Amino acid sequence: MNNPQLDADGRLRHLLSIEGLPKKILNQILDTAESFVGVAEREVKKVPLLRGKTVCNLFFENSTRTRTTFEIAAKRLSADVISLNVNTSSQSKGETILDTVDNLIAMHADMFVVRHAQSGAAHFIAKHVPNHIHVINAGDGRHSHPTQGLLDTFTIRKYKSDLHNLRVAIVGDVLHSRVARSEIHALTTLGVPEVRVIAPKTLLPAQVEKLGVHVFHDMKAGLKDVDVVMMLRLQNERMNGAMLPSAQEYFKTYGLTQEKLSLAKPDAIVLHPGPMNRGVEIDSSVADGSQSVILPQVTYGIAVRMAVMAILAGGG
Amino acid sequence: MKIHIKNGRVIDPKNNLDSNLDVFIAAGKIVALGQCPDNFVANQTIDASNLIVCPGLVDLSARLREPGDEYKATLVSELQAAVAGGITSLACPPDTDPVLDEPGLVEMLKHRAKQLNLAHVYPLGALTRQLQGKILSEMGELREAGCVGFSQANIAIADTQVLWRAMEYAATFGFTLFLHAEEPFLAKDGVAHDGEIASRLGLKGIPSAAEALALASILRIAKETGARIHISRLSTAEGVEMIREAKKHNPNISCDVSANQLHLTEHDIGFFDSNCHLKPPLRTQRDKEALSAGLKDGTINAICSDHTPVDDDAKLAPFAEAEIGATGLELLLALTLKWAQQEKVSLLEAIALVSQSSAQILGISAGDLSSNSDADICIFDANEYWKISTDTLKSQGKNTPFSGLEIAGKVKVTLVHGQVVFKS
Repeated sequence: MNNPQLDADGRLRHLLSIEGLPKKILNQILDTAESFVGVAEREVKKVPLLRGKTVCNLFFENSTRTRTTFEIAAKRLSADVISLNVNTSSQSKGETILDTVDNLIAMHADMFVVRHAQSGAAHFIAKHVPNHIHVINAGDGRHSHPTQGLLDTFTIRKYKSDLHNLRVAIVGDVLHSRVARSEIHALTTLGVPEVRVIAPKTLLPAQVEKLGVHVFHDMKAGLKDVDVVMMLRLQNERMNGAMLPSAQEYFKTYGLTQEKLSLAKPDAIVLHPGPMNRGVEIDSSVADGSQSVILPQVTYGIAVRMAVMAILAGGG
Repeated sequence: MKIHIKNGRVIDPKNNLDSNLDVFIAAGKIVALGQCPDNFVANQTIDASNLIVCPGLVDLSARLREPGDEYKATLVSELQAAVAGGITSLACPPDTDPVLDEPGLVEMLKHRAKQLNLAHVYPLGALTRQLQGKILSEMGELREAGCVGFSQANIAIADTQVLWRAMEYAATFGFTLFLHAEEPFLAKDGVAHDGEIASRLGLKGIPSAAEALALASILRIAKETGARIHISRLSTAEGVEMIREAKKHNPNISCDVSANQLHLTEHDIGFFDSNCHLKPPLRTQRDKEALSAGLKDGTINAICSDHTPVDDDAKLAPFAEAEIGATGLELLLALTLKWAQQEKVSLLEAIALVSQSSAQILGISAGDLSSNSDADICIFDANEYWKISTDTLKSQGKNTPFSGLEIAGKVKVTLVHGQVVFKS
């Protein structure tokens, strides 16, 4: 089976998921991102790599943070940016995804940043665009959110020098999380020796251990001696129902408090992809505490997204 | 019209026959095998040298999309596809639009199919009105209109009280129920087998337990009511084991497997190939092997095509939104032969699984080459390879996970009622 993300020479053509990408390409993206971190600190926050190119943010599902950071990333690369919120209601009026995409191609878009509620949507679009157009997955259903996985890894690299010597715990709703899947693949591909997932059985997908993770249901056992804690967002609609009895009980068992965090290594860092539910999955004192790197994640997110766009456009 | 099929290797599982014989047909019937009857002068001679002559295939599940979904397929296109695949009789599930819960609809379908003079169509009537699983359909009237059995298509009856009554009522009159075993709550919104691949791709899963739970209810109620039950499209290893066990005590149970499940697993979904969005979902290698073993030991009685033509647009969507189904009529023979070859099953036994055995389940007179039976015959080249593609398929549904595959088993001539209805 051909890897739809790579061209015939093994270069990145689309960024659709972390799974299937060789370590070399992940490192190339992270190293390139390193060189873009400084751009934001300059007086003129721009480089001309994507000048004359049109980047189209195509969001079939709502997002503020991801869309904004992609927009900023494209603008810092001097691209022209269009952002479209194609909400599902206009979809149900009849226009198919491909019709929407075809119209934008007719307007000479060069790159699509796509978010969609269905797993596989970015692969689907990538399969149907002409050769010269690049697709970046900004989140498809529960499947993948590769730039988030990359920016989390980039953040970890910034704080922890050696990935080959880390114990990382991912905590929360892994079942519904494209972020968790991307983090797992990024970390395991880059050689992190121990990735743990901590969650109740209702929030873990079938055979999750086959993704190469160690499964814990007890927060205290799972956090013991870890170097990195990656919290996941718990969607409101999962809080009361057959998945979980209540947000309170969830916080009590799986919410990250200072007390639980103290079981991790003293220099452990805490990540969260945002937006946070304070008091549900994470206590404010942790979110705003000294071990939190949640805001640096956002900053680095722009550099990582710049790197991906630059590499796709051939300027990496 | 008298036809002489000469020099072919005749395989007729019902009569345990596999030898080089000539077949003589007159007035739509097989009049002799081997010896030419006295005074027989053929109007037409078909040379079947190096070819296999077998009963026309009988398919237990083929959607024709009429009435209602003619943009997906029509009776003409799909019955042409059937005979191009060597299928001369087929059962169609009731999930048309409107559903087959009215005798008038069934009569019309039968009538139109008959006029086309291609494959015979045997409708399965809706077991409950509108397939809603609440009120029984008029099974007696539907039977008179031509239904050979009753089915819920892919829609399960959630209410076990209704399931029980439906079986009791059907048992009263000796009707066969064709049921797809899937517990609807566990399977809700699921699009792929709940396992490693669905977890990786972030697709909502349908656990194997959904089949096992539904089977447990069906088999238990079948035992209680004495109803004749055919389980359509078994998909799990556990399901095979449950049927094997149930058959020891209940002779009124039969079941089939789709040709898709015999060859494909969850891994074939690859990068979200929407052609692999099927019902039941493609499961694991272990399930596939158990289904194969079940076929070999007789636990599973037949192979069906599960033909479900889908228009191209309906497949042009992300995996979960793409419509369920794949074309199958023209692949049934070749996929059965491929399975038989892989599993070292004789041609005679393999052909039985798509002819004699299916006919027996439907209770129709077909699927054999006995003297004086209807001359519904398939003549094929077991060794000729052909490529499965949009160009080679006659069905209006072109979508199949097997697209691009070169496969052995090419139908050369199909006869229905002693008339050549297809010739390649």
